[in-house]
Amino acid sequence: MKMSGAQMVCEAIIAEGVKTVFGYPGGAIMNVYDEIYKQNAFRHILTRHEQAAVHAADGYARATGEVGVAMVTSGPGFTNAVTGLATAYMDSIPLVVISGQVPLSLIGTDGFQEIDAVGISRPCTKHNYLVRSLEDLPRILKEAFYIARSGRPGPVLVDIPKDITGEMGEFHYPNKVDLPTYKPRYKGNDRQIKKAVEAIVNAKKPLLYIGGGAVLSDAYELIRELANVGQIPAVETLMARGVMGAENPLFIGMLGMHGSYAANMAMSETDLIISLGARFDDRVTGKLSEFARYADIIHIDIDPANIGKLVDVDYPIVGDVKTVVEKMLSMLREKVDPDRYQVWREILARYDELHPLLYNDCDDVIKPQWVIERIGELVGEEAIITSDVGQHQMWAAQFYPFDRPRQWINSGGLGTMGFGFPAALGAKMGHPEKTVINITGDGSILMNVQELVTAAENELPVINVILNNHFLGMVRQWQTFFYDKRYSETDLSYQPNWKMLAEACGGVGYDVTTKEEFDTALKSAIEGGKVTFINVAVDRFENVLPMVPAGGALYNMLLEHKDQCDG
Amino acid sequence: MDKVRRVISVIVANEAQVLARVSGLFAGRGYNIDSLTVAPIPGSNFSHMTIVTRGNRRVIEQIVKQLHKLIPTYKVIEHEEMVEKEMVLIKFSIESPIAEIQALCQAYNGSIVNAGPDMFIAMAADEAGRIAHFIEAVERYHPMEIVRSGVVAMER
Repeated sequence: MKMSGAQMVCEAIIAEGVKTVFGYPGGAIMNVYDEIYKQNAFRHILTRHEQAAVHAADGYARATGEVGVAMVTSGPGFTNAVTGLATAYMDSIPLVVISGQVPLSLIGTDGFQEIDAVGISRPCTKHNYLVRSLEDLPRILKEAFYIARSGRPGPVLVDIPKDITGEMGEFHYPNKVDLPTYKPRYKGNDRQIKKAVEAIVNAKKPLLYIGGGAVLSDAYELIRELANVGQIPAVETLMARGVMGAENPLFIGMLGMHGSYAANMAMSETDLIISLGARFDDRVTGKLSEFARYADIIHIDIDPANIGKLVDVDYPIVGDVKTVVEKMLSMLREKVDPDRYQVWREILARYDELHPLLYNDCDDVIKPQWVIERIGELVGEEAIITSDVGQHQMWAAQFYPFDRPRQWINSGGLGTMGFGFPAALGAKMGHPEKTVINITGDGSILMNVQELVTAAENELPVINVILNNHFLGMVRQWQTFFYDKRYSETDLSYQPNWKMLAEACGGVGYDVTTKEEFDTALKSAIEGGKVTFINVAVDRFENVLPMVPAGGALYNMLLEHKDQCDG
Repeated sequence: MDKVRRVISVIVANEAQVLARVSGLFAGRGYNIDSLTVAPIPGSNFSHMTIVTRGNRRVIEQIVKQLHKLIPTYKVIEHEEMVEKEMVLIKFSIESPIAEIQALCQAYNGSIVNAGPDMFIAMAADEAGRIAHFIEAVERYHPMEIVRSGVVAMER
């Protein structure tokens, strides 16, 4: 069938089953927006900033497991989208971002709104394309979706010059891709898996180390079973929160810089790490030479480049976590003796008793951790929780009773402030039936606050809980610990009127200073069905603990909450 | 960990951006490039890149894996048993002792390849290490210009 390049873009989006596109129009992408106007097979959400469009597509992808799609124009439209691409890239989130480009004849002339999009995005996309002829467009779109979702997922950029979207040509959307240079491996090597199973059977202190790959591969049921069959304790990274479930006795905690004492000690004392889609990030390992000194390592990862990148691995297994764990289980079932690890489980239980994850609650001022726990009590496993980046993010990861993967959505790798709100909009589009709460700070929320308008216009009743300490809290915490309390540019005492700000954009705002007020506000927000700010005044100087100072050994944690009620 | 020199061949789809993807990978991840050559493989849609790099064992392993991860990469060969050649062109003043230089050229698989009224150009093609020796050897004739091609290699 003959159609324009712009129509081809829409047809490909429809053929891929995409129901929602997030974006922002502009000169170079107008042909495509003209076609969007004419169709109703998918919905377009107009965000109020291109960065938010990509984060929203990202939140949609994380919540649903499907490819998220965003659309932007050339030049500044594209450069605004770069933070979104990098965020998705670091967390391996499948996205297809379509950007307009100046016409082919103008490329390289410093034309109006021209920027080298493929050049800029090369290090922060899984792959990218500059479409050079209409003939290539259907194939490239097909490949983009395939590459985004297959193997280790990631964002793919398709940059399309304006004359190509305006040109007419023959459209055949390919059924499959033909990429001889790209063959992701899903099935692990059987011999290696067998060796790994032997290692588990012979270990005394095995530990499941669960990362974001477990979420991406939807492996949580099998991982819970693996833990259960061997009664093997498990720790989760920031990206894997929820995989083991809130009440699972084998779940030791989150590990890393702000991990629990028991989880970090488990990692420091284990004799066999079973790494499931984790990548030994520096925020997890602390000082590498002191990391897990007694452990052999089984490393299961779909990306071979993750294996052996930072630590030497004894049992490398390249493959999809779900597929490999399934195979492991079939071999492990008869061989493993859960009693063998009894002493190990008792040791970890003692560590947890010694220094449980705690905070000193207080009646004079709301503790931020209390807010997280309270949200957990009130909406629990039902809600989807997104977050921005900073102290509130860590408290959410520590204290929220995450019970399933894809319930927790945050920017772990890049650490992008301003991610949470637009990601929440995307998650809400993906799961309209669920309550979606963005846990944020008074710093982060302002870095995409314009999305109040998007939320109000599209009736997306996302609830933003602002843990307001009038500080750029995490940086302030480092200044307290490591910079002799010189609070350089972190005091955010000058604040907007949050309630009025939300209301001005068509939302609802609550200012909260007591626990009772918080309960009332959250309940009203859930019932109210409007985008909401709940501005919670919390203890200004509360710190995220435990804390492994950057570059320190994982087992050397700052533990005590010395600051008492000072409200 | 000790640094080692490695010659790596990368077979990539012969398409736009592919050289930028490879060189960008080295720049972005802080890997060294001693030399990089690229040309299409005759009768195919692929190009052959030969990269000479330096790094410890872990870095070399990462380089190979990261190269492989690029979507247009078909194959990465970390050379062990290889034939390795590099070419150098050296320009001398016509006053230089051409017979001596020619004799040296012959010792390094080379010859005088061009001469004009003011200058002549010598060429040698040999292993990269021997090319370095050759350049050292002709230094006393005060070469006017030196151009090295970078290494190409083929596994035996």
